[in-house]
Amino acid sequence: MKLLDFFRGERKKSASVAKERLQIIVAHQRSQRDQPDYMPMLERELLEVIRRYVKVDRDAVSISLDKDDDCSILELNVTLPKG
Amino acid sequence: MAKIIVVTSGKGGVGKTTSAAAIATGLALRGKKTVVIDFDVGLRNLDLIMGCERRVVYDLVNVIQGEAGLAQALIRDKRVDNLHILPASQTRDKDALTPEGVEKVLETLSGDFDYILCDSPAGIERGAQLAMYFADEAIVVTNPEVSSVRDSDRILGLLAAKTRRAERGEDPVKEHLLITRYNPERVDYGDMLTLEDIREILAIDLIGLIPESEAVLRASNQGIPVVHDQKSDAGLAYADTVSRLLGEEVPLRFHEIQKKGLLSRMFGGGRR
Ligand SMILES: Nc1ncnc2c1ncn2[C@@H]1O[C@H](COP(=O)(O)OP(=O)(O)O)[C@@H](O)[C@H]1O
Ligand SMILES: [Mg+2]
Repeated sequence: MKLLDFFRGERKKSASVAKERLQIIVAHQRSQRDQPDYMPMLERELLEVIRRYVKVDRDAVSISLDKDDDCSILELNVTLPKG
Repeated sequence: MAKIIVVTSGKGGVGKTTSAAAIATGLALRGKKTVVIDFDVGLRNLDLIMGCERRVVYDLVNVIQGEAGLAQALIRDKRVDNLHILPASQTRDKDALTPEGVEKVLETLSGDFDYILCDSPAGIERGAQLAMYFADEAIVVTNPEVSSVRDSDRILGLLAAKTRRAERGEDPVKEHLLITRYNPERVDYGDMLTLEDIREILAIDLIGLIPESEAVLRASNQGIPVVHDQKSDAGLAYADTVSRLLGEEVPLRFHEIQKKGLLSRMFGGGRR
């Protein structure tokens, strides 16, 4: 939101909300494009395993596969709740 | 060898058939031998937009199943030389199409035509994948709307992976963005994604911008592709799109609010 709009107290225009949402969606879709077909299933199953021990949200788990020259690295990120 | 162009989108109702009919007609009007194929098996409507629904005898499925020859199924356009339509079946389901059958049809047509346009069904499943599989170029029809842009991005993913060119490691399918149903007033008001937003998010070349236009419904009522209506904004915008497909540089128009002409202001008539 522009500073001026903020002072005027104008609501954020809906098109700019749409653009921000799309940028996130498309970045996510594109990061998944080159991944092997088993990745979504692997992600779901990992989530299930983690949920046997800790109560986490769907979006608390993210995995990605980075390819190096001679090997691939599977990266797993889990955000655990406090306490 | 014909150039095979798929008109695709993921989302339904965004203007694929309208665009396939207009662009095919526009190419033929420019002297290119063109055939437009309806891949929307079970829900055919290209024949209606082209105004040849009463002349459909055989269709794509009949040809693929060997029940009719290609020459029997092709419909010659009444208005434009060099233009043919290959309709889809209304009764069969989409599994009646096989990759081998489609390949054979395209191969045969390839010898006789300059351009083959494939009007894709909606979705990202089998039918849509078959329509794009043999394409050299793709026109990705997108409305200025969140769900349409997201689906277009899914389609770009498929074009890059699930086409013959991708599988053979050949040059990738050339992707063109066609924005349709654009409303400059709503863009100006901040309630509609701008063309720059869409171009930035999808990051492919813009081949054309078609405004939301009353002329499109008028054209489909009559079964005359809107590109024939060269007094209308949408008709002119499709003609521009065809010129760009043919490699010409044509400036964009209709993306800004149009000032009403003196006449229409005096008589209060709507824009055509
Ligand atoms: N530029 C436009 N302005 C106004 N209406 C349009 C425009 N383009 C398409 N339409 C309308 O949108 C509807 C869907 O169009 P269609 O070409 O059948 O889409 P699709 O083949 O993607 O399902 C139709 O009613 C058509 O008349
Ligand atoms: Mg259609």
